[in-house]
Amino acid sequence: MDDPAELARRARGGDARAIARLISMIEREDPARLAVLKLLHAWTGRAHVVGITGPPGAGKSTLADKIVSELRGRGRRVAVVAVDPSSPFTGGAILGDRIRMMRHATDEGVFIRSLATRGHLGGLSRATAETVRVLDAAGYDDVIIETVGVGQSEVDVVRLADTVVLVSVPGLGDDIQAIKAGVMEIGDVFCVNKADRDGSERVLREIKSMLENAVLNGAATRFTPLYDAMACMGAASGENAGAEDAVPDDEAHRSFFRQRAPSAADGGSGHHGGTLPGYGSLAIPPVLATVAETGEGVKALVDAVKAHEAALALTGMLATRRRDNLAWELGKALAGRILARLEDDGRRTAVAGLAGSVMDRQTDFYDALDALERMLGSRQP
Amino acid sequence: MDRTIRVLVAKPGLDGHDRGAKVIARALRDAGMEVIYTGLRQTPEQIVSAAIQEDADVIAMSILSGAHNHLFPRVMELLREKKVDDVLVLGGGVIPDDDIPGLKAAGIAEIFTPGSPTPAIIEFIKNNLKRKA
Ligand SMILES: Nc1nc2c(ncn2[C@@H]2O[C@H](COP(=O)(O)OP(=O)(O)O)[C@@H](O)[C@H]2O)c(=O)[nH]1
Ligand SMILES: [Mg+2]
Repeated sequence: MDDPAELARRARGGDARAIARLISMIEREDPARLAVLKLLHAWTGRAHVVGITGPPGAGKSTLADKIVSELRGRGRRVAVVAVDPSSPFTGGAILGDRIRMMRHATDEGVFIRSLATRGHLGGLSRATAETVRVLDAAGYDDVIIETVGVGQSEVDVVRLADTVVLVSVPGLGDDIQAIKAGVMEIGDVFCVNKADRDGSERVLREIKSMLENAVLNGAATRFTPLYDAMACMGAASGENAGAEDAVPDDEAHRSFFRQRAPSAADGGSGHHGGTLPGYGSLAIPPVLATVAETGEGVKALVDAVKAHEAALALTGMLATRRRDNLAWELGKALAGRILARLEDDGRRTAVAGLAGSVMDRQTDFYDALDALERMLGSRQP
Repeated sequence: MDRTIRVLVAKPGLDGHDRGAKVIARALRDAGMEVIYTGLRQTPEQIVSAAIQEDADVIAMSILSGAHNHLFPRVMELLREKKVDDVLVLGGGVIPDDDIPGLKAAGIAEIFTPGSPTPAIIEFIKNNLKRKA
């Protein structure tokens, strides 16, 4: 099993032990994993990667459990990566997400793995990204990432997903929880779970009106083609929700969406050449109520998640999104390498020396930075 | 390279108490281990399959209902079927002294009865891992 080619072959064949071993290698940053990941790379990029994020206790794991059931019913193989924080004091962790999903433990078409954040800072997204790729190459059609929506590293994790479900619940106070400005940069499908509780109507209304405002004031224009495409599939919320009759699914309309999609050439800023006749562009992303405990609303949620995937494909935005995400990941990985080089024994003294001269006002900060870059050989003298 | 010990904590059988298991889970976490907690009423099949997916180094099970003579050996049998021979398996709960030799013969590495001090459990795990730490 230690031979990279053998491990890659077994993982790709869906061998649970090989997949699990490989994920452990990823978690402990074993350099031997790289050879295997390189071999698997050609088989990645097929899975629909779905992020589920929201506050602790919102019902994300319970929801994931029901989403897995729904997707299995649709004949798909599903993997779940559940990320929980490690204790900053002991490095240990209690990973409890699996409790809600044990019914799937013996289903050959389901693979569930709990990850602790461990010490890695930016490394969390690296470890999660690598884990997702292994599961993708192993042939899981959908890979769900569950992560707590607090803190930057957790938010970063959703950059690995094609579709992000942002979960909120009633009763977390008036400040509409973590849902604030810029939220459309994070969520693609909005879910108010625990809809059996008082106050869920209000949370639904608040999220919708916040999204509507963002659409009206232009904060979400780069998503307009996507929302419109989802509206055509009956998956959007807002005034035009369910207006699927208005726009037939034919080549003319498909090309209309393609035209309006932000192209790679204009850096994704998009051009917005008018609206479709008889169809406004006030569509907002899906905002759905669920009761994860009973499964109520989960089918509609999965429909919306799949509509988002279809809309991404239809508008050409899937490629843009994946490319942007990979560019971000490359940047993070490069930063990691640079930091590692600075940690080198020889260099650490040099960095400390430079920091000292900045402190003593002998060098200014930016000259010190240039000197560091020269030292790493990434800047011309 | 950081080699964190991963422990799957499970409650097979039908009894409805998991306070003891939760106390152990917390103690193991505080000792720097990652505890995958799987909750109540798990079948041996679920436990083994979860342990494989989680790549657990240790399976720690506790039973209060008296079904240990059936369920513990069944877990060992399933592990053997799946050719998993590098996982340390521990049992706990209300287990009569007379049953312990049989369970050990079946492959359970150690039995911890109620009142076993948690540091002893932690020590045992650290000293008996079947994989290189
Ligand atoms: N009333 C109610 N409780 C729920 C619902 N969904 C989940 N819960 C409960 O909320 C608690 C936290 O659920 P969990 O899925 O672990 O939340 P997570 O921390 O977001 O993963 C559990 O006790 C669930 O049973 C729901 O729709 N309604
Ligand atoms: Mg959870």
